[in-house]
Amino acid sequence: MIDMTPNLTLVVAIGVLFAAGVYLLLERSLSRVLIGVILLGNGANLLFLVAGGRAGRPPIVGTAAEGQMSDPLPQAMVLTAIVITLGMTAFLLAMAYRSWQLQRHDEVQDDVEDRRIARLAAIDERAVTDADTEATAQSLDEEAEEARDETDEGAVPGQEPRREQGVTP
Amino acid sequence: MTDWTWIVPLPVVIPLFSAGLTLAMYRRPRVQPVVSVTALALVLLASVALLVLADDGPLVVDVGGWAAPVGINLVADRLSSLMLTISSAVTLCVLLYSLAQGRDDDEESAPVSIYHPTFLVLAAGVANAFLSGDLFNIYVGFEILLAASFVLITLGGTRDRIRAGTIYVVVALLSSVLFLVALAAIYAATGTVNLAQLSLRLPHIDPDVRLTLQVLLLLAFAVKAAVFPLSAWLPDSYPTAPAPVTAVFAGLLTKVGVYAIIRTQTLLFPGGRLDDVLMWAALATMVVGILGAVAQDDIKRLLSFTLVSHIGYMIFGIALSTEAGWTAAVYYVAHHITVQTALFLVVGLVERVGGSTSLTRLGGLAKLAPVLAILFFVPAMNLAGIPPLSGFLGKLGLLQAGVDAGTPLAYLLVVGSVVTSLLTLYALVKAWNKAFWQSPQDEPRPGRLPFGMVGPTAALVLVGLGLTFAAGPLYAYTERAANAFALRTTYIRAVLPDGERGEGESADVADEDARRQGADEDARTGAEP
Repeated sequence: MIDMTPNLTLVVAIGVLFAAGVYLLLERSLSRVLIGVILLGNGANLLFLVAGGRAGRPPIVGTAAEGQMSDPLPQAMVLTAIVITLGMTAFLLAMAYRSWQLQRHDEVQDDVEDRRIARLAAIDERAVTDADTEATAQSLDEEAEEARDETDEGAVPGQEPRREQGVTP
Repeated sequence: MTDWTWIVPLPVVIPLFSAGLTLAMYRRPRVQPVVSVTALALVLLASVALLVLADDGPLVVDVGGWAAPVGINLVADRLSSLMLTISSAVTLCVLLYSLAQGRDDDEESAPVSIYHPTFLVLAAGVANAFLSGDLFNIYVGFEILLAASFVLITLGGTRDRIRAGTIYVVVALLSSVLFLVALAAIYAATGTVNLAQLSLRLPHIDPDVRLTLQVLLLLAFAVKAAVFPLSAWLPDSYPTAPAPVTAVFAGLLTKVGVYAIIRTQTLLFPGGRLDDVLMWAALATMVVGILGAVAQDDIKRLLSFTLVSHIGYMIFGIALSTEAGWTAAVYYVAHHITVQTALFLVVGLVERVGGSTSLTRLGGLAKLAPVLAILFFVPAMNLAGIPPLSGFLGKLGLLQAGVDAGTPLAYLLVVGSVVTSLLTLYALVKAWNKAFWQSPQDEPRPGRLPFGMVGPTAALVLVGLGLTFAAGPLYAYTERAANAFALRTTYIRAVLPDGERGEGESADVADEDARRQGADEDARTGAEP
């Protein structure tokens, strides 16, 4: 029977890792998102250690009584998860670098659709603006339209930006 | 009777091995395709063999000879092998299509040397997720296919693809973390991640803890399957990839999530405590998805939205928690994989001929390429569910199961399904009218349709039609699969014949372990709150 009482330090550490990870994940910059993913992954790994029960003696038959051994299975799973997270992190890092190479920043950009809708809505807004309403503050839509975004360079409202893969018309 | 279990690992092993082989031959662009086509053809053969064999009962392999709950096992039951067969047919067609595309033009969509190994790894990951009888191994399968899909979606590393890929990668990683958390929680609660053993142990733990585990798993899978509140990432990221990549993603990746939902809901969490929530999610997925499709001007995005929308049908079938519902859902998954992939391949061809995917710019394709018109029309009508095609049969099955269930919510879903189906028809007919019938804005540039690309597309359309013609036997097959879900014992007994251990080695400790485990289990379940 494994002692399943969780270790408080580990639980607190998991909580902190997850909180920090989620916070960073909500950032715009891909490098911060990357760190967030790493923290979340490590939080999950620690959670696995807690899931395995109290730490015990090495799980090698003959060196310790079976009741005193740690559970080796979650450790094996954690190792697998660590390796996977490593690979994914490397890929994210490469992607952040590529993004920086292409556009000198690594911000996660908005959905094309969101931008299109914001743009169309902004056009709508202007259509009803006249001398009386001109003084009013900027609407949300207009603000959204003016926010920095590199995805819609040269795009005309109502048209998708040309796909890289397409044959040029 | 001959022991056929050696076939079970092949769909995973062959692609992985060939991936290594093609990677080693990155300098030989002529040999690479031969290897990958051969590999996927062999996988298709193995899957068909499994499809036939699994009808007599699940085939189980304890990997490396380790007995089941401790070692990893692969299980090919009816559901797995049906998914496997359809998915390997689809991957083979898409590979052939992309080869022809690569031969025909030298643009960056052409498969680079990394394409073949990645594609094969993707196939291996999908097969691993389908075959695994172990929750952690399903996670590994997911990660394999995700890693491959990351490479494929950012192929070439252009600005657009990096932008779309970023969202896709971050969302995918988040769902992986969720899955990992769910796994840790499950292990903490039950001490196992083996599916068969879990289904034996889960009924003994506290119902509220069980509900938490179910929610965690569902959340992780719902992100992958693009169920409504968690589907926003899909329509933005898929369309930017090269046509064959989008096609295989649309066909397979979301369905792996749906498969995982089916497997865990039926095997681990019978009783359907979350069925009402799932029903609402299904309704929202259908309606919101299809409304998104109606509003689209780009045909690739339109199809991505219909993809999201039709995931709702499958969730509806699962949430009914009746054999009829599961039967229809499984049939619908098979139908949808082929049809959606075929449509994306056709759109790749449309893009070649018409020079655009924007519906305002396209036009006159019916005159320009009549073959293409037929190739688009058949799967489009199939997707919308026009009788007598397989989409109609799948939807009919779902509606019937919904009416049989008879609850007000089920009736609401039935209405929602019909409305969604009509809106799908509307969206696709609109796309058809604009792309094929309207007079083109600018003088169409005569594009060529290489046979190598039309051939695989036509083959997939034919597979879709085949699902219609073979609907009787196939529906009976999925009915037997659903029957097995309801019983559950078939699966459990196949994996753990004595209820404790699989058939691998370590039998010497099994007896002793069984005694200890029995005591352990009692103590553990007693100790849980």
